[in-house]
Amino acid sequence: MATRLNNLLRGLWRAARRISGDDGYERYLTHHAAAHPGAPALSRREWFAHQQQQKWSGIKRCC
Amino acid sequence: MKTTISSLLLWLGVALLGAAAVGGIALNRGESINALWFVTAALCVYAIAYRFYAAWIAATVLCIDATRATPAERLDNGRDFMPTNRWIVFGHHFAAIAGPGPLIGPTLAAQFGYLPGTLWILFGAVLGGCVQDMVTLFFSTRRDGRSLGQMARDELGSIGGIAALIATFLIMVILIAVLGLVVVNAMKHSPWATSTVAATIPIAMLVGLYMYKLRPGRVLEGSALGVILLLLSVAGGGWIDQQAGLRELFDHPGLPLAFAVIGYGFAAAILPVWLLLAPRDYLSTFMKLGTVILLALAIVWMRPEIKMPALTQFVDGTGPIFGGALFPFVFITIACGAISGFHALIASGTTPKLLSNERDIRMIGYGGMVLESFVAIMAMIAATVLDPGVYFAINSPAGVVGKTAAEAVATISAWGFPVSVEQMNLLAQQMGEATLFARTGGAPSLAVGMASIFGSAFGQGMLAMWYHFAIMFEAVFILTTLDAGTRVGRFMLQDLLGNIWQPMGRTSWYPSVLFSSAVVVAAWGYFLYIGVIDPNGGVNILWPLFGISNQILAAIALCVATGILVKSGKLRYAWITALPLTWLVVITSAATWQKLASDDPRIGFLAAANSMAEKLAAGALPPDKAAVAPQLIFNLRLDAVLALFFVALLWLIVIDMLRVCARHLQGRRVPPLSEAPHYPTQLEEAWQRD
Repeated sequence: MATRLNNLLRGLWRAARRISGDDGYERYLTHHAAAHPGAPALSRREWFAHQQQQKWSGIKRCC
Repeated sequence: MKTTISSLLLWLGVALLGAAAVGGIALNRGESINALWFVTAALCVYAIAYRFYAAWIAATVLCIDATRATPAERLDNGRDFMPTNRWIVFGHHFAAIAGPGPLIGPTLAAQFGYLPGTLWILFGAVLGGCVQDMVTLFFSTRRDGRSLGQMARDELGSIGGIAALIATFLIMVILIAVLGLVVVNAMKHSPWATSTVAATIPIAMLVGLYMYKLRPGRVLEGSALGVILLLLSVAGGGWIDQQAGLRELFDHPGLPLAFAVIGYGFAAAILPVWLLLAPRDYLSTFMKLGTVILLALAIVWMRPEIKMPALTQFVDGTGPIFGGALFPFVFITIACGAISGFHALIASGTTPKLLSNERDIRMIGYGGMVLESFVAIMAMIAATVLDPGVYFAINSPAGVVGKTAAEAVATISAWGFPVSVEQMNLLAQQMGEATLFARTGGAPSLAVGMASIFGSAFGQGMLAMWYHFAIMFEAVFILTTLDAGTRVGRFMLQDLLGNIWQPMGRTSWYPSVLFSSAVVVAAWGYFLYIGVIDPNGGVNILWPLFGISNQILAAIALCVATGILVKSGKLRYAWITALPLTWLVVITSAATWQKLASDDPRIGFLAAANSMAEKLAAGALPPDKAAVAPQLIFNLRLDAVLALFFVALLWLIVIDMLRVCARHLQGRRVPPLSEAPHYPTQLEEAWQRD
């Protein structure tokens, strides 16, 4: 019972991190390791700066 | 066989319940009707449309292919192209398409009664808006996530591409001006609202610093901090409102507030995104989702009675909030929530780059718009649970009902919607405001409606808190749209200017950034300024212009889709987009015609300009009005030119689309289909494990 509740809460927390982009850096590292093995990855701050710049260079919000 | 029969019975039940609810809403006269009927009608209509119409379009018309690799899979770069879980994509797509539009349009259209707006929101969405969003998403997905403008150029020719670009830029200018006006009207002479809205700016910056410098990328921590601070700022605004020395600092008439919004817009457009825009967007998304869910729960929990009649006498065009008869103006006033061209810009370009499988297109494209339509239904409920007298007193501009409270209530009561000065004063006092008269624009009446629903669900003692929470919530995402829209306008302008003089096209060259931002801000700032000095409230002019431009963008998207369907040999299914397109052409052309040719100065731009010019020449205007009259006259003529330009753009692209279709059917040369080749997906297995 306790483990099931625990799993549920973990699942919800993962979903919240995923949908808000909180886990974006970890996912970037996974992608980077798979796609460009050996190449140095961006730091957390560099990655966030890149990601923000990119996100807001197109039409992202509407009426 | 058994499951088929039980599912048949289930859907028969949904159909009967939906028909009963829609019929009940439509045929009810004179008795008050419960808001739950609106919710029931909406949910049944959406369920049937999603289960049958959307599924049929996906399977038979578009031939969705789950084995085909999407651009997200083929071009995966871990940044913008990235296969993503469909619920996550749904969340992002909905957050992007749902702004303040579906809250404001229905509130204004409630002047015709609850029925016309409700029916248009329901059927306009399932037959028009949802189809537009879904087919645009599909076609863009099949074209490597290309934007609407690029698709128009590839599939129809350069005329379509240029028309889409110009329409997008102009709609942005009008949209930002009208949204700015809504915020200004909500803050006018309200220290509580003004101080709360002002506080959202440093709060967003604080969150930006937190997410960028202190704890980079910790989006949830930063947002939680910001939401708590925003709630505190609502309470803090109430405290400021009580402090004799402080409240005057935030007590301003419309014009200085408009200049503050314009200055803010410029600053926001040139500041780095991480400092203001990005963090405020996180906050506004959380606020938006939270408030929409809370409102839905409160409506189901409280089951409020609708007090507005089904139809009012204003269907004849004499309405106080905006002039113009039911046809075509209810269809123009409610754009977002029924059909919104802006969505085509999100459905092409942004969302398709995240789709992991074509199967998800129905849920994200069609389903996302269904949810936005439901938000519009809730806004309609919030506007119509108010006493009609109160609704009109809040929304009617002083130029129509009279400057003093006594004049206003006399006019409104004479229309058959009884309201008294005492009632309005009590309401203003409960909401913590000095007055609620002439708060044109939709935000304050929506906030009063939401406050009364929330108040009865979660405690009456907090009415003023709920009211200012609702104002803050609307302001936060109006300001996000204002900032994001200015930035997009700036990029488009820089792109354009870059063709003339190369350095202007560099998005990071500071002189170019300053210049193009200033041009964009000046463009919407001009319309905002005119809207504020207009004694008829500005909304009367700006909102229809916005509706027309938004639906012309929708018509462009539907033109592109119809052209692609015909060119793909699906002429017999082309009606799914051609029918809503025809309707949009009819309503936007009719509305523009009336805006140009009507003799009624409250409807026709030119009639208004001429009547004002005559009065000015005869010296019949009081000095304060005479001073601004030349500017208003110029603006009315400019608006007439603008409306004519919009509709000319529309006809140009419709004729261009028909030309391409006719050539294709005659077997002559047309631009070839630009669909990307088919590659089988490799994702399926990996995805099922996720």
